[in-house]
Amino acid sequence: MKELLELYWTFVQIGCVTFGGGYAMLPILERELVDKRGWTTMDDLRDYFSIGQCTPGIIALNVSTFIGEKRRGIAGALAATVGFLTGPIIIILVIAAFLQNFAQLEVVQHAFAGIRVCVCVLIVQAVMRLWKKSVVDPFTFALYLIVFVLHAFSGYVLPVKLPAAVLVLIAGAAGILMSTAKNRRTGKAGDAK
Amino acid sequence: MSVILRLMLEFFKTGLFSVGGGLATLPFLYEMSDATGWFSHADIADMIAVSESTPGAIGINMSTYAGFKTAGVPGGILASLALAAPSLIIILIIARFLAKFRENKLVEGAFYGLRPASIAMITAAGLNVAKVALVNLSAYGASGSLTDLFVWKAILLAVVIFVLQRRFKWHPILLIAISAVVGVIFRF
Repeated sequence: MKELLELYWTFVQIGCVTFGGGYAMLPILERELVDKRGWTTMDDLRDYFSIGQCTPGIIALNVSTFIGEKRRGIAGALAATVGFLTGPIIIILVIAAFLQNFAQLEVVQHAFAGIRVCVCVLIVQAVMRLWKKSVVDPFTFALYLIVFVLHAFSGYVLPVKLPAAVLVLIAGAAGILMSTAKNRRTGKAGDAK
Repeated sequence: MSVILRLMLEFFKTGLFSVGGGLATLPFLYEMSDATGWFSHADIADMIAVSESTPGAIGINMSTYAGFKTAGVPGGILASLALAAPSLIIILIIARFLAKFRENKLVEGAFYGLRPASIAMITAAGLNVAKVALVNLSAYGASGSLTDLFVWKAILLAVVIFVLQRRFKWHPILLIAISAVVGVIFRF
């Protein structure tokens, strides 16, 4: 029970500071869950993000569910997910009840212009941390470049914008094909010996 | 059917079918607005602005807002939980599957391709934020001078934050709070 509460409270805090599409939460998760508590590893986190991108729902929530499940099964998944939701729900309830023009307030706009700068840096930091174990050879580097261009500039290079889920599925299939081909090659080399 | 049940059903459906981040819920929200009248298109536009300036994704925020407007605080809470429920169930199933098949050759191969794709998309997300936070395209367009393209005080803040995190291991939450204060004081 104590651990469930800790799980819940950790994700309440994370939910309150996750701005900018869920990716900025990665450095926070790393600090809170990997470094401080040893609940998960950076490799696992990265895989959760990969999966969270191609399953329904919001990526940050999917990642919360994964971590909670790994820690304490279904109860843990519920604690982490509801914890992540708690902050945003309370904030929107307050705004809806009292602050009609919240987003137009000058002080809010300035504060969030500042926060966006920080989010940028946190995302760069996340990419740097994940790079070494994700981009390991020419194939993965090529895949990185292709997906980046298609995702960031798909309006310019393609007639239609490919949804992230489609890109993720294609990348997964490419990974399976490439690693099967590789295995076959090394398999044959082994036979020749 | 009571309003709360309908709210939960509608947001459950939205949670089930929107894949790939908060903005993926937008088309469903527009449909729901037309079908139910719980909130207007202008409400959705406002909520996008609010979502950019509060934590939490647009889908969660819209469900809380719509639920609150139609059925008070319980409506806000239950609609948000309904939105989260499908992904919770699906991830629980995948997590079980993953634990069992982690060593499987096919799963390993899939991750070999998924990992670079995943960080490519994170890079793209960073670029999107940077476009708003670090450069000022309209000032550049007006003057044509490269010095107007970059928001220099934002870039300076970015460098300082980068160093504080990299070298001095400051906590990301602290850095977010500092950035908000700097943004207000120096009128970003």
